[in-house]
Amino acid sequence: MHRKVFQLLVDNQSGVLSRISGLFSRRGYNIESITAGVTSDPSFTRITIVTNGDEAILDQIEKQVGKLIDVKEVRELEPDSSVYRELILIKIRATDNQRQAIVSVSDIFRAKIIDVDMDSMIIELTGNQNKIEAFLDLLADYEILEIARTGIAGLKRGTAGITVHK
Amino acid sequence: MLGADAMAKCLVKEQVRVIFGYPGVAICPFFNSMLSVDIKRVLVRTEQNAAHMASGYSRISGEVGVCVATSGPGATNLITGIATAYADSIPLVCITGQVDSRQLGSDVFQEADITGAVESFVKYSYLVKNVEDIPRIFREAFHIASTGRKGPVLIDVPIDIQNATISKFSYPEEVNLRTYKPTVKGHVVQIKKVIKAINKAKKPIICVGGGVHLSDARKELQEFAHKYSIPVVSTLMGLSVMSTDDPLFFGMVGNNGKACANKAMNESDLIIMIGARVADRAISQPDLTMDNTVLVHIDVDPAEIGKNVGPHIPLVGDIKNILIDMKKYDAECDCSDWIDILNDYKKSEPVRKKPDGNYVDPAEFIGILSDKLKEDAIYVADVGQNQMWSCGYHKVKKGRFLTSGGMGTMGYSIPAAIGARAADKNRQIIATCGDGSFQMSFMELATMQQHDLPVKIIIFHNGYLGLVREYQYNTYKANYSVVDLSGSPDFGKISEAYNIPFFRLENMERANEIIDEFLEIKDPALMEIMIDPKDTVK
Repeated sequence: MHRKVFQLLVDNQSGVLSRISGLFSRRGYNIESITAGVTSDPSFTRITIVTNGDEAILDQIEKQVGKLIDVKEVRELEPDSSVYRELILIKIRATDNQRQAIVSVSDIFRAKIIDVDMDSMIIELTGNQNKIEAFLDLLADYEILEIARTGIAGLKRGTAGITVHK
Repeated sequence: MLGADAMAKCLVKEQVRVIFGYPGVAICPFFNSMLSVDIKRVLVRTEQNAAHMASGYSRISGEVGVCVATSGPGATNLITGIATAYADSIPLVCITGQVDSRQLGSDVFQEADITGAVESFVKYSYLVKNVEDIPRIFREAFHIASTGRKGPVLIDVPIDIQNATISKFSYPEEVNLRTYKPTVKGHVVQIKKVIKAINKAKKPIICVGGGVHLSDARKELQEFAHKYSIPVVSTLMGLSVMSTDDPLFFGMVGNNGKACANKAMNESDLIIMIGARVADRAISQPDLTMDNTVLVHIDVDPAEIGKNVGPHIPLVGDIKNILIDMKKYDAECDCSDWIDILNDYKKSEPVRKKPDGNYVDPAEFIGILSDKLKEDAIYVADVGQNQMWSCGYHKVKKGRFLTSGGMGTMGYSIPAAIGARAADKNRQIIATCGDGSFQMSFMELATMQQHDLPVKIIIFHNGYLGLVREYQYNTYKANYSVVDLSGSPDFGKISEAYNIPFFRLENMERANEIIDEFLEIKDPALMEIMIDPKDTVK
């Protein structure tokens, strides 16, 4: 089982995301996470999909996705030559005497406290998945009320990525 | 000009000669506009067959087949036909009417989300939201359907869009789809690798699939095989790429194929798959064939390559282009010993057991029939035992063999043959079917009569769903469940009711003269041949 991050450049029109997710579900491919957003050219959308499977499946995923009419390009974002970031929001129970300790841990991870309530707080953290997992491990002793994660977005380093031009 | 007029005009621009369809309120503006253009309109008797007819039409004409249905049930009835075409990569443009776009999503009368429903069976689909988009969408749809790996494209047009006024009709000369650029030319490095592999091979084999027909590369393939004297086997969809009596042809592979073809694949040291999917019915254990064998896979669809078996030399592109390019290279390949071995296998092919003499022997019958058929006859087999017998014993000369391969859709042969007739007025066209599949499609005898699209039909009558019965015999110890077709009508009377000459062949005694009479009479005609229910394919 391998994990791969694919970056797609697709036509920005209705139905594209459903065509992609439909392809994954009917062929039995896994989606760990999927993020989509408009690019510098608003007629294109960039999608980052994290998926897993054996080599043959990952090869098929790349080819089948590439075959979709709306998909301009699909490329693997290899860990060594790419950057990934994910944003996570964590709502945590925080009593008066817990609050300071949580703030200290958050500071170390450069997480931000974006909301504080009488007995809870919301922390925002951006980073690669290792950093986020490490942060969550440190918070394991506290009571986490809710988590919202965006899934990762990624870009290839340098100028060789897939662009809307040419 | 209304949107509906624009739709009709687009079909004229695409040089569409015939559409197969079934109207309903939501597609009425379009059918009204069709009155003012010179395109034949065929009213089918159920929508599924509109897609099958368009498929038969496309496969013989090489053009994109067009079928039309109304919203809701009309559109959903099309789905099996669309899926059948998709599985065999047949280029269709399917047009459906849709409810008023302002009411979409509110579950009004005869509303169905057809673009959503066919998503996994189409190459692409459009829901037209702006009347001005009609020319561009139609141009793109025909382009997408007929290029790269071909397939059906659906255009769903809400009735208010059909009735809206289009400000300016201009049909795009060129298609510019920035996200769709199929590879057509084979990579020269890969082509050279194939030639090198041919040079080295002692026991090469070419396995052809339906892609060769789709690329219209039959002539080029035959030339390619003969240039290097490489023997050829075929998948079900690749039948009729080679004529049966070609000395280099060794039959169909797969679990219903010839033993010599399967042995050829297993013993070969170089398999060249051309336009074939390496699907489960053709190659049961893809991995086993790979020991000490070099596999070349030539296909227009990169996703097919490596899907079921990892090739050593992948070659993506249009087959015709690739074969023309390959012709430029010379290779030394002396396979005469190998061909001798294969000829020995061919001679020792197990002989089929003669069935009960009170019935027609389907193998012998098909043999006699195909000897008597014209050189370029079109033979359309349905699905089931009649199909398997046809694959095994029909001798193709220069004609075509059509069937529903990937989807295995019963009831395909009659509508597909009628569609083929719309493409070619003159050729001999024979459709075979079982008594099961006949009863799935005989409503189209009316379409055939009404629109002067006559073909000849042969029903293999054994009173059972024969291939399923055979499976239950083998797998469930002859415990038959829901395969008995008792209650079927007298097919002679059905034939008479549709005013079609009828022949019945009880056994082989008068086979010769009855087949002669059947073939000599003017189209249409229907023949029922009585098959022993106990007769099996294997």
